[in-house]
Amino acid sequence: MGEPRQPPADAQHGEHAANHDPYLAHHFDTPEQQFDSVKLGMWIFLTTEILLFSGLFCAYAVFRANHPEVFEWGHRYLDVTLGGINTVVLICSSLTMAWSVRAAQLGQQRLLKICLAATLIGGCAFLGIKYVEYKHKWEAGLLWAGQYNPTHGLDAAGEAGLHGPAPEAAANPAPQGAAPDAAGVAPAAGTAAPAAAGQAGTTPGATRPAEGPLPPAESVDGVQIERTLNPPPGEAPTGLRLDSRAGVPHLMPAEAPRQLWWFFGIYFLMTGLHGIHVIGGLGAISWLLARSFKGTFGPAYYIPVDLVGLYWHLVDVIWIFLFPLLYLIH
Amino acid sequence: MAEHSPAKTTDRPGPHLGHVASPRVLLSVWAVLVVLTVTTVAITKVDLGEGPNLWLALGLATVKAGLVVLYFMHLRYDNPVYGLVLVFSLFFVILFIAGTLTDTRQYQHELEPGYAPAMQKR
Repeated sequence: MGEPRQPPADAQHGEHAANHDPYLAHHFDTPEQQFDSVKLGMWIFLTTEILLFSGLFCAYAVFRANHPEVFEWGHRYLDVTLGGINTVVLICSSLTMAWSVRAAQLGQQRLLKICLAATLIGGCAFLGIKYVEYKHKWEAGLLWAGQYNPTHGLDAAGEAGLHGPAPEAAANPAPQGAAPDAAGVAPAAGTAAPAAAGQAGTTPGATRPAEGPLPPAESVDGVQIERTLNPPPGEAPTGLRLDSRAGVPHLMPAEAPRQLWWFFGIYFLMTGLHGIHVIGGLGAISWLLARSFKGTFGPAYYIPVDLVGLYWHLVDVIWIFLFPLLYLIH
Repeated sequence: MAEHSPAKTTDRPGPHLGHVASPRVLLSVWAVLVVLTVTTVAITKVDLGEGPNLWLALGLATVKAGLVVLYFMHLRYDNPVYGLVLVFSLFFVILFIAGTLTDTRQYQHELEPGYAPAMQKR
């Protein structure tokens, strides 16, 4: 692929050098062969991308299988509205990308430029929204293990839909999700309201289960409470804990899983790698746009548009899986 | 191919080799994707249990990904060998994740009590 090459007028190729397709590379016999080879190469590249991401999806699966409580807590700090808007933005940019392939195939130069520009704008909008989300996590200290220091954890959580009807929830030891969901997708579990200190003292988080055996299950109003770290709404934040781990008072609910930073670690790793791919795609689309202004693409030569389109759609597909796995945990 | 009209602005003659997606297909796939996204968000609010909620969300994501791959990425109309490449890679992804998950379950009982809720469910 790439720059058109004129075949040398040697003995072998001389006969068709005069009417040689300028976009047919020398080492291919026919445009069909070139098209199939180039596209096969692109698909093989896409599978390496899938396998690259599958490593992270595998890490996610192992973390979540072993520690579902970390994910049930962690996802409440993500903004489902922003994530959902980003999903739709990416789907729209996929549509304009698919349409720019069509425009290139039909030689509709003006439409091609419009569609490529629209795709570019969609990608930039995605990154802009992602920046807002990252900035929010950064300021709240909701980061990976080494940087995890949620000094404003609950304020951040409030914005992320963590406000919940505390008193009702505190009296209700029903399992996750049984309470009416007033706070949107996030369960009504999280709340800043500190409860009685005595109650906080009996919760598993406050007693740091790592330092002792798990307290036995106890019965409240005839309902058995399992002492796991998978917090039912009723056991959600009952007190604030001073954590001197980073030397800063730490406003996480006492029952927050100890390794909550695992969630943010995998969140930043997966969305970060995806974001890098979006940036790469934007670079490629800008290059297409620049070339389309020179009128490079048309029915005879649209392979670059097609290939960048395949890449952009794959980035979209990966986000389609990331969105429910990170934002929509039930 | 069928709807190829003489190019308006291009000065280069030549066949185009791939399938040209029709606007109707592109727009309807886009609409279905948006509807499925809204559905995915909506069903999270319905409590179906931890497992069914996860599998339903993943199933919807798979349907969406399938639509993108089949129509936006032209796989339905293209040379089937690209689909074969994709299916092979997905097979190995499933093998990779399923194998690792099976392995990590073998160590559930060694996890610290209180930090292995998955263990306590059994």
